[in-house]
Amino acid sequence: MKRKVYLDHNATTPLHPEVKKAMVEAMDAFGNPSSMHSFGRQARRLLDEAREKTSSFIGGKPEDIVFAGSGSEANNTVLNLLYCAAKHCEAPHTKRHQIITSQIEHPCILEAAACLEEKGIEVVYLPVDKYGKIDMDKYSSTISEKTALVSVMMANNEIGTIQDIKEIGKVAHRHGALFHTDAIQAVGKIPVNVHELGVDYLSMSAHKIYGPKGVGALYVSPGVPFCPFIRGGHQEKGRRAGTENTIGIVGFGKAVEMRAIEMISEAKRLLSLKVRLKAGIEKEIPNIQFNGHPTDTLAGTLNVSFDGAEGEAILLYLDLEGIAVSTGSACASGSLDPSHVLIAAGLPAEEAHGSIRMSLGRDNTEEDVDYTIEKVAQVIDKIRKMSTVRQGPRRG
Amino acid sequence: MEKFEWVYSEKVKDHFMHPRNVLEDDAGYQEDGKGIVGNIKCGDEMVVAIKVDKKKGTIADCKWKTYGCASAIASTSILSEIVKGMTLDEAYHITAKDIAKELGGLPEHKIHCSVLGHKALRAAIEDYYTRNGMTDKVEREKEHVICQCMNVTDIEIEHAVLEGAKTYLELQERTKLGTVCGQCKDKAIKLLEDYKKKHFAK
Repeated sequence: MKRKVYLDHNATTPLHPEVKKAMVEAMDAFGNPSSMHSFGRQARRLLDEAREKTSSFIGGKPEDIVFAGSGSEANNTVLNLLYCAAKHCEAPHTKRHQIITSQIEHPCILEAAACLEEKGIEVVYLPVDKYGKIDMDKYSSTISEKTALVSVMMANNEIGTIQDIKEIGKVAHRHGALFHTDAIQAVGKIPVNVHELGVDYLSMSAHKIYGPKGVGALYVSPGVPFCPFIRGGHQEKGRRAGTENTIGIVGFGKAVEMRAIEMISEAKRLLSLKVRLKAGIEKEIPNIQFNGHPTDTLAGTLNVSFDGAEGEAILLYLDLEGIAVSTGSACASGSLDPSHVLIAAGLPAEEAHGSIRMSLGRDNTEEDVDYTIEKVAQVIDKIRKMSTVRQGPRRG
Repeated sequence: MEKFEWVYSEKVKDHFMHPRNVLEDDAGYQEDGKGIVGNIKCGDEMVVAIKVDKKKGTIADCKWKTYGCASAIASTSILSEIVKGMTLDEAYHITAKDIAKELGGLPEHKIHCSVLGHKALRAAIEDYYTRNGMTDKVEREKEHVICQCMNVTDIEIEHAVLEGAKTYLELQERTKLGTVCGQCKDKAIKLLEDYKKKHFAK
């Protein structure tokens, strides 16, 4: 049987076997966690345990965690609370009318920000350097007493670049602005401690770290303004209405519990696999370029551009070989726009079109990596033979 | 064993996996006509080269190269098969929809952005006509590509105006022009106004 190699862990991950077990057990706890009877209490106990695990994993308290339907919901919740038009809302941030974010955020931040722009909020999208790092000079010169919120992602999903969140947060607080980080790609992959980072809000998601889909969480620092995105219930202390997703939240709790055990050793292992993968591709294939930061990057994320080959074609040829990767090129979705992250990092459009992302995970082995190197080399060779683009030596 | 789930039709898969008639020896092919369309900045570029049976006025051979996604590769590949033996006139009038049909269907948005082979073929036939002093055969209404990214021509802009596009936004909705790099905006607005004047001015 053909080898199957899943290299798309930044898109989503398979369930950790322990997570699956915990979720299957939780399926019988069907009671409504808000009910006072024993059925409800049983579900409530499971939620409390999961909340405790999730909060302690990032150094917070259980009451600081708001479970949500996804990481995207957590992100939207933060941007939404900025525009609280209530006349009597006394929260100080409502007097400020600017948000600072970056050009390489996930679409759920960018689109929520664009929506705020239409409502009259000024949004500044900070540029990044060629490694995907925020331009700190531009940031320092932009932020002012007008700034209500700074929202910058901790680790980028496409290129893996990790930002200096602690420093960005300090600058935000110096100007009295609130500070949020989308840490969906970071939590469970690198150590994250909300106190050390000094964040007011932090978004995370279960399915990126071997937990289930459909459950995210928002850390809300004690005392910072909050406004529910979904109203109509007392769940999550009135901060997110809707009967809790008991099974999903149990899965989230178990996922972070397993990350606490496995994260550090796995990151080392993934890094050595990535080094092997990178070296192999570099050796076998000419005219390529790796994207992202050389050191401040997620251990398992490798983004590479190939001259003369288009991303969707690479993805689909590799798929036929059993290898799953992703492309920043939105070709498959019908848009021709190349990845906004790579464009922000200064790649010319033609290089951005020819980029793929490989994101390693806990099931990948050295054999997987060697198989991938062999197949990527064959696929690129095949594509280049029918490409209109001549592959010259790389510039610079 | 679990089924292998594939995103496009089986026919697309077949042509994608086994592309036919790739122009491997670019310099040695000695084509009678050659056309290039697209732009790699936009994600797709195609070259089509033809040999013509001059006695019969038919296409004797067709080879191609493509930079682009799976449906771009498959659509050029299948085009190179179906045009062999066709008269130049028949081949000149193949449309993107014809190609998509041959492939067992493509999602609408893929037809628009990745099926460029017929335009490259058209350019190749026109090149043949030009090389052989038959410029009268190049259709009078010769198209000019205005939006390189989405490969939208002035003729298509004119059709969109006739179908009711009055503003640049409406034109974009109908043709998708200017939705990638946006460089054609000024040109497109000028044409939009010209065609509105031509067809609707009182």
